[in-house]
Amino acid sequence: MAKKKIKIIVAKPGLDGHDRGAKLLCRIFAEAGMEVVYTGLRQTPEMIAEAALQEDADVVGLSSLSGVHSYFFPKVVKILKEKEINDVLVVGGGIIPEEDIPELKKAGVAEIFGPGTYTDKIVQFIQENVTG
Amino acid sequence: MITTDDCIEQLLAGSDRALARTITWLENDDPRAPDCMEKLYPHTGNAFVLGLTGSPGAGKSSLTDQIARFYRKQDKTVGIVAVDPSSPFSGGALLGDRVRMNQLVGDPGVFIRSMATRGFLGGLAQATDNVIMAMAASGKDIVIVETVGVGQDEIDIMRIADTICLVLAPGFGDIIQSMKAGVMEIADIFVINKSDHDGADQLYSEVNSRVLQDTKIKKNHWAAPVVKTVATEKEGIEALAEAIEAHQHQLRDSEGFLEKRRERIREQTFQMIHFALFRLLREQLIENGRMEQLVDAIIERKENPYRAMRDIVDEFIKIPA
Amino acid sequence: MAGVNKLEEVKSNREKWEQGPLDKALSRFGERQKTFTSISGTPINRLYTPEDISEGNYLTDLGFPGDYPYTRGVQPTMYRGRFWTMRQYAGFGSATETNSRYRYLLEKGQTGLSVAFDLPTQAGYDSDHALSMGEVGKVGVAIDSIDDMRLLFDRIPLDKVTTSMTINAPAAVLLAMYLALAEEQSVSWEKVGGTVQNDVLKEFICRGQYIYPPGPTMRLTVDLIEFCQQHVPRWNTISISGYHIREAGSTAAQEMAFTIADGIAYAQACVDRGMDVDKFAGRLSFFFNSFTNVLEEVAKFRAGRRYWARVMKERFGAKSSRSMMLRYHVQTGGVTLTAQQPLNNIVRVGLQAYAAALGGCQSLHTNSYDEALCLPTEGAVTVALRTQQIVAEESGSTDTIDPLAGSYYVESLTDQIEAEVDAYIKKIDAKGGTLRAIENGYIQKEIQNSAYRFQKEIEAGERAYVGINKYQMEEPPPENLLRIDMSVGEKESAKLKKLRAERDQVSWQASLDRLREVTDAGENVMPAVIDAVKAKATVGEICDVWRDLFGEYRPKEFV
Repeated sequence: MAKKKIKIIVAKPGLDGHDRGAKLLCRIFAEAGMEVVYTGLRQTPEMIAEAALQEDADVVGLSSLSGVHSYFFPKVVKILKEKEINDVLVVGGGIIPEEDIPELKKAGVAEIFGPGTYTDKIVQFIQENVTG
Repeated sequence: MITTDDCIEQLLAGSDRALARTITWLENDDPRAPDCMEKLYPHTGNAFVLGLTGSPGAGKSSLTDQIARFYRKQDKTVGIVAVDPSSPFSGGALLGDRVRMNQLVGDPGVFIRSMATRGFLGGLAQATDNVIMAMAASGKDIVIVETVGVGQDEIDIMRIADTICLVLAPGFGDIIQSMKAGVMEIADIFVINKSDHDGADQLYSEVNSRVLQDTKIKKNHWAAPVVKTVATEKEGIEALAEAIEAHQHQLRDSEGFLEKRRERIREQTFQMIHFALFRLLREQLIENGRMEQLVDAIIERKENPYRAMRDIVDEFIKIPA
Repeated sequence: MAGVNKLEEVKSNREKWEQGPLDKALSRFGERQKTFTSISGTPINRLYTPEDISEGNYLTDLGFPGDYPYTRGVQPTMYRGRFWTMRQYAGFGSATETNSRYRYLLEKGQTGLSVAFDLPTQAGYDSDHALSMGEVGKVGVAIDSIDDMRLLFDRIPLDKVTTSMTINAPAAVLLAMYLALAEEQSVSWEKVGGTVQNDVLKEFICRGQYIYPPGPTMRLTVDLIEFCQQHVPRWNTISISGYHIREAGSTAAQEMAFTIADGIAYAQACVDRGMDVDKFAGRLSFFFNSFTNVLEEVAKFRAGRRYWARVMKERFGAKSSRSMMLRYHVQTGGVTLTAQQPLNNIVRVGLQAYAAALGGCQSLHTNSYDEALCLPTEGAVTVALRTQQIVAEESGSTDTIDPLAGSYYVESLTDQIEAEVDAYIKKIDAKGGTLRAIENGYIQKEIQNSAYRFQKEIEAGERAYVGINKYQMEEPPPENLLRIDMSVGEKESAKLKKLRAERDQVSWQASLDRLREVTDAGENVMPAVIDAVKAKATVGEICDVWRDLFGEYRPKEFV
């Protein structure tokens, strides 16, 4: 059997257009041997879940810099569940205060990577926690 | 854990989830894959396969997006396989085609799958063909396969398509010279995208004269049309669709059609047998450490690889009398 | 500049020093790093001497402040006459909340207003639009109609303050509301002063708040510039921005280069419209970033002033000195702030403000130390304002003009950055201009490559970043962060419902029809937009008229 690659969707939900981090991570993930699908800007939770379904993604990475993480991240998790996609690792990053992290984790986001996180830490987390 | 049978059943009934999962099995050379393909094969053959290739920056994805929307307006369902190169160093890939088709996401009649070129044991072309067949089996009327036409592999993929469009754009240097000769020869339609840019007219004439030359040489029945488009402005899409349709007609009506089909199936079957045999042999040689022993022996010049090959074939392959 | 003989003397003495004391010190202690580069990747020499600036000519390269090529400043007295405008960007939640913050800041000594709009407003959506959900009031104030605008400027006289509005694709709409409000306050448009950012090219490059495709959006941009030139003479019609380009990861030279490339595109668009360069160029303004490497930033600003002056004179044939001046607002680098040990950011902002002052900006926004995590609290905003005041009053940077001139390093770096800018402009010209370069992703890729290089340097520990890869500390999570609650969205939606029900339907519909007519006919849209906002048309409704006519921009992402 061929060596399995981790397929990751990198998405920016909402109207914010600052994509430096998202694009940087796309490159880092590809260098780490993953197959990366960048959705682009202005994604609704439905669009993100649809992409995850069609691409049979192992991971969905969400980037938020405009304070909308508490609104969008749980929605993405919810729609994935509704589509019966239960084996996707959802992670998030951006400008997210520490005090919001417990809520997000409760809603099903596996981990949040705030500003200043080393990219290899993110890669490691994904490699260690991806299911199957 | 879903069984192969259930998955295929759902796929044939039109489940996107099942299709996505099956494609992953095919990509990963999962043990369930051959069984899947066997079950899917009878349901293929009804979809029209359109191939789009060209150099990076020519605007293939934008064109794919527009063509797909055109077909959607005609109420046809569309599957898209967008192939991007894997890095030979990291093994990873940036699959950047989907992002150009954001308007199509959310349309239930469109299924987009990004695919990396990886290192498919059975060959990239076969792997892609399997994915296309899976989409066809799931009921898609049209399957568009999009690749970057710079490698032999990607050109091989194009041979799967019924109609092949080569997308060029002005301002990318000496494209025609640098394009692999193979891809220019197999193109059924040439598209000059970004035709509102400087140099478009010149490129158009260059391509036209080349096409004229080739048509004379090959005594083709089909003179490849050259279509001008500006994908971002939706210009030329109808003309392109017309050219595609004209080619489809020609395909069906021409004598060469059946011969072309026979050749394709012959090639494909040979390839599949080739890789199946090779996979078996490979497993054998690796498993019992025989390969490593052989390599040692060859390095120490105790063994000759050409002799070794004959020995192995004689040992493993028994051709019935 | 030293004469040739003197230069020879310097050179031989330098070589003696290198072979003598330097060599000794190097073999005993070595240096901290193998190579020294600025955050932009530019190599930095150990020492700069008169040899590094020997080619220069004071009169043609530097000149005097307020004189071509303006390297030393755009105004003869600079800060000895008047400090830069202290203009803190602010806005969040509802218009009423933001109005309180504005009056607070004006009280505390701020001299100009700067409006931050929320993302739905920036993207041309009303607060009750499906895509606005979760975003209303989050990164700025939510403005849907002229009623909101009136609340925003409650008790603020528009003839006494200048207002900068960070709005791009829908700039015409928000400016129209501002002008209508001025009328209500009986302030003549000739007295109204301020800026709209109105720079959609950088939205395409790196900020993402675009609505329409490039052609139509440039048309709206030029309509605004043309209208103000005739009716609102004190208004800065555009703030051509490099700030966001830098935030996206570009180098200092790239920031200046791509901004100037955008400036060239806008100026050309105005010229193509038939406008006289000396009539519009004086109201083009700019917006730059200021990072922590003070010396590099100062060199960047000086290089920018000199290069832009040359562009306007040689490329566009400007005759009026005002047309050639690079007048700009600066904001300190948001991306340089760390969530770790936030108080450190006060020092960063201090240095960045100092750089802006030494560089000669016209107005300045200083970030608050807690902004790495959320919008600033009142206390933090006050410290940010005080930072500007301390730099202005206590640092000595404002007592003389362009004090770093003549520095061997700064002049050398100014020349270097200018050369890099020129190389980029030539490349972009060769690619068919700025719009083509954006279409093909050239500018975006350059920026992304710089961002990538920087990230790798930080993670490899090659570049120290205090609190991130050096001098890290365990800390408790920050407290009392500013929170925008979700009810803003609900409240705004309710307001909208009421507005739509109570306005005069006939005049409202007529105004939108007229707007469509005017837009389609290729006339200047501003008068029709002003009438529409007066008839209580909303931001979303007006933008929808244009969405219908122009279509929406579909970006080609370059990863």
